[in-house]
Amino acid sequence: MRHSSALWVVLGWVGFALLPWFSSAATQLSVNPPGAGLAGSALIDGLANGRWWLLPLLAPLVAGVGAVALPRHHSLHPWLLLVGGAAGLLWTVVQGFAIGLNGWNWPGLAALFGPLPQGQGAFGLGAALTMTAFLFQTTGGFAGLGCMKGDRFTAGAIGLVLLSIALFVFLPVGFVLSSAGDSGAGGFSPLALWTRLTAPDIWRLNCLYENRSCGVVWNSVFLATMTGLLTTLLGLAFALVAVRTGFRAKGLLRMLTVLPIITPPFVISLAVILLFGRTGTVTLALADWFGIPPSRWIYGLPGVLLTQTLAFTPIAFLVMIGVVQGIGPSLEEAAQTLRASLWVTFRTVTWPMMRPGVANAFLIGFIESLADFGNPLILGGNYDVLSTKIYFAVVGAQNDPGRAAALGIILLGLCLGAFWLQRRWLGTKSYATVSGKGDNGVPPALPTGVRVAAFATALPWAVFTFILYGMVLFGGFTENWGRNNSLTLRHYRNAFDLTWGEHGLIWAGRAWDSLFTTIQVAGLSAPLTAAVGLMTAYLLVRQRFAGQSAFEFFTMLSFAIPGTVIGVSYILAFNQPPVELTGTMAILILCIVFRNMPVSIRAGVAAMSQIDRSLDESSLTLGAGNLQTIRRVILPLLRPAIVASLVYSFVRAITSISAVIFLVSPEHELATAYIVGRVEQGDFGLAIAYSSALIVLMGAVIALIQLVVGERRIGRRTTDRLALQEKPV
Amino acid sequence: MSIATNASGVEFRNVTRRYGQAVAVNDVSFSIRAGDLVTLLGPSGCGKTTTLRMIAGLEMASSGTILIGGKDVTRLPATDRNVTMVFQSYALFPHMTVAENVAYGLVVGGMRKTDAAEKAAAGLDLVGLSGYGQRLPSELSGGQQQRVAVARALVLEPEVLLFDEPLSNLDAKLRRKMRDDIRDLQQTLGLTSVYVTHDQEEALAVSDRIIVMNRSVIAQIGSPTDLYRRPRDRFVADFIGGANLIEAELIGRGDGVAAVRVGHAVLPVPDADVAADLPLGGVLLAVRPNAIRLRAEVGTGNGVPVTVRKATYLGSHMEYGLTSALGDLFAIDTNVVNPVPAGTTVTARFADDGVMVVPR
Repeated sequence: MRHSSALWVVLGWVGFALLPWFSSAATQLSVNPPGAGLAGSALIDGLANGRWWLLPLLAPLVAGVGAVALPRHHSLHPWLLLVGGAAGLLWTVVQGFAIGLNGWNWPGLAALFGPLPQGQGAFGLGAALTMTAFLFQTTGGFAGLGCMKGDRFTAGAIGLVLLSIALFVFLPVGFVLSSAGDSGAGGFSPLALWTRLTAPDIWRLNCLYENRSCGVVWNSVFLATMTGLLTTLLGLAFALVAVRTGFRAKGLLRMLTVLPIITPPFVISLAVILLFGRTGTVTLALADWFGIPPSRWIYGLPGVLLTQTLAFTPIAFLVMIGVVQGIGPSLEEAAQTLRASLWVTFRTVTWPMMRPGVANAFLIGFIESLADFGNPLILGGNYDVLSTKIYFAVVGAQNDPGRAAALGIILLGLCLGAFWLQRRWLGTKSYATVSGKGDNGVPPALPTGVRVAAFATALPWAVFTFILYGMVLFGGFTENWGRNNSLTLRHYRNAFDLTWGEHGLIWAGRAWDSLFTTIQVAGLSAPLTAAVGLMTAYLLVRQRFAGQSAFEFFTMLSFAIPGTVIGVSYILAFNQPPVELTGTMAILILCIVFRNMPVSIRAGVAAMSQIDRSLDESSLTLGAGNLQTIRRVILPLLRPAIVASLVYSFVRAITSISAVIFLVSPEHELATAYIVGRVEQGDFGLAIAYSSALIVLMGAVIALIQLVVGERRIGRRTTDRLALQEKPV
Repeated sequence: MSIATNASGVEFRNVTRRYGQAVAVNDVSFSIRAGDLVTLLGPSGCGKTTTLRMIAGLEMASSGTILIGGKDVTRLPATDRNVTMVFQSYALFPHMTVAENVAYGLVVGGMRKTDAAEKAAAGLDLVGLSGYGQRLPSELSGGQQQRVAVARALVLEPEVLLFDEPLSNLDAKLRRKMRDDIRDLQQTLGLTSVYVTHDQEEALAVSDRIIVMNRSVIAQIGSPTDLYRRPRDRFVADFIGGANLIEAELIGRGDGVAAVRVGHAVLPVPDADVAADLPLGGVLLAVRPNAIRLRAEVGTGNGVPVTVRKATYLGSHMEYGLTSALGDLFAIDTNVVNPVPAGTTVTARFADDGVMVVPR
């Protein structure tokens, strides 16, 4: 117990006195002290280069030494650690934000304390290490005072999770809020915020009375409502077919539910263009047979609505399957024994019990649609929605971060509202009747009308979906879809060419760079996501501490933050000191980790709740510490959940687009961003070839994992379903 | 390698455990001698399990001091206390073999693998399960799993061994056997054990001393005989052995006899069994069901006329529900050959050795 706090005290000193305090990123070389290593440490810098504001950190560091030097169980020991660590942490953060590249960041401070001789760069290795040391000193102090049952590991883990969520979720969102109110002169002005938030092109209602487009909010809300309705309807039909009829090819329907996991979100758009675009198969056929001239009708509301419905119906299907299966057959049997006909049973028992689930599916579809970025980007045409507006406000000619931030706030508000509603519904109105008691009833058949309607809706849609996926896989092999349908391997060669040069193998294809980066990013972020997620799940399920429900709320909040908002917030927050990450691979990894973390948490919570608490407790009474208990008891029992979580994080890291498209850089290009770039250039062949390669690659990865861990299916399906149901948007 | 004993005493000084506003254990003090088996007995929600978990270090006291072997362990987490526990659910690790389960505490404590295995084998031998080491817990019966849990707790040679309702998942017959086995093992090894149960019969059978808890506080501490013969209040009288509580009046004490008026009759009760500080006046007479004797004759001497409301035949004895001027009574009679039929009126007399006086 004791040596761990001593270790952190030592590391704090190392970070402060030995390692370079500032990051050596290129933008700050000019303000960095000359030389690296010792010369760059905070101690040397503070003494020699006039950055006096670094020197107060000596006080908490000395306090740490004092604490360690005290005799064991001295009552002052935890207090010294706690106060010292917290003060050190606070001072590091405050000075980091207060003093930027050019001195004081806020004019008020300059007026108060006078100008500074020089500014400072972003935190580097030393600052990171010292801050970590301060953090663990603080949590160690808390534990020493008897919090968390005196357990250092738990206290440290909670501190670590909280600090990282604060840094990588709340700080960026805070930057969005403040830059929406940016007055243009570096200050915050409520008036500017109000002007931006109420801009007429966001809220106007022209489309109701004249032939002009409405505000972007109304566009988004209308699209999201329609998508929510359609996906719910289709999902319900699929679920009824899959659960309540004798339909044979249920395996095929199940496959539908896997597709959205392995499909980059915009791929459906590409397929739809292949069918209904100006040179699409259907368009050409209609022109040939009926003389209907090809048009661009697909670009706009119809196209986006169609693709979103296609893309999100499987998610509604998954939700609805759970709902329909959750209705205990004995209730319906009871209704029948009370002389209710099939139809009356459905109307008075089955449907009312499904209603909360249906509402839930609608809200999920609504949120998904609001947050969707890829499809509106490709097919939106003149139909603007919030997510694409945000993107163009940042990358377009306007380059107006304030406007992007304002739009981001509105989108965030809509999503949080829907998320809140959904939680309320799930929490209070769930009629799921599956309990520990055996329910041996057989669900009654559906009334004929309902059955016919379900089949008539679900089957054509399923066929349509499979046709579209077929088009994607096939489209990559044609020369120029619609114009010249001869088969070719040109696009694949373009993307994935390999040649032998004088130095051996040359990865000549244009896709290799982004593919390798993608796999690298996904491969690095997957274990991190799983680790952070499972650790948080452990804290939520296995530990009891004050403020736990608030802690849970914070960790789940990043669910409801749309990817575009995250993307904008990351570039706003991390392109300047004290934390400067723009253009690095780290920012991609962090973004992906914290976006996918809630899924990992859910999977971990679900799996961990099934392991009886007395197992940990018996391990503790047998003398194992928390860490040992986790390693020897919990982790082995969690293996299936870990694998599921790893696979899911890996695959989602590959398919995500909405957030990372803001963060990619020429050195660190990701596959999805690259494909979208190709589509914008009109290079459909390469885009489609690359997309189908990704789908096949991920399908293979999932199949391989299924094969390897197929034997251990304990709770796997549940985690999978949960994961999908609650994926971040 | 054999299992040694490190038995230590346990002492609680004014220990309180709060959950927010709710108080689970309220200002509890007691001490347990080394080598004793002490039972925490009480209805569910009385705080007995919380008390046990505070000894284990799985719960932290909100205030007060906990001593084990004379050392203050109040702030020490479970990991650092030399206390082991047998859980209600056994809590055997399902992914480890029986031998690995038993050796777990030794291995995480840093013992060499071979030594740990040897000691685990000794532990399994002690509970009569040698040869089962390579099985998985799921391949054992409930009683065997229970033994594994005991062996796993024993091999660490704990200062205190805790049992949290260890028999509640076993059927009645096995429960009796395991109860005796646990008691034998505890006495043979001279272990300090704390045992939680809500079954008063189990508590009476295994304990050196019993701590009866009710509503977060200790109702009474004593040996099984103490508690049965000299309950301090109506709760203990009723909870241990069951009792008919009858409004009465203490009218005089002296010559080793306390006189109690019940209705019109005056009953002599041994004064030694009546709390010395009990003032004269209104009291409750606690009458054990088996101390009520039914006589056919009506209206003689000290008897109370009662009407048999219900007569239940239970093989070894009869259970009677009685209506009387004193209220409804419950009686047990071993005379099953000539039971009193329901509906008849008879006289009930109270046998001396089953009548106690407790405050109202």
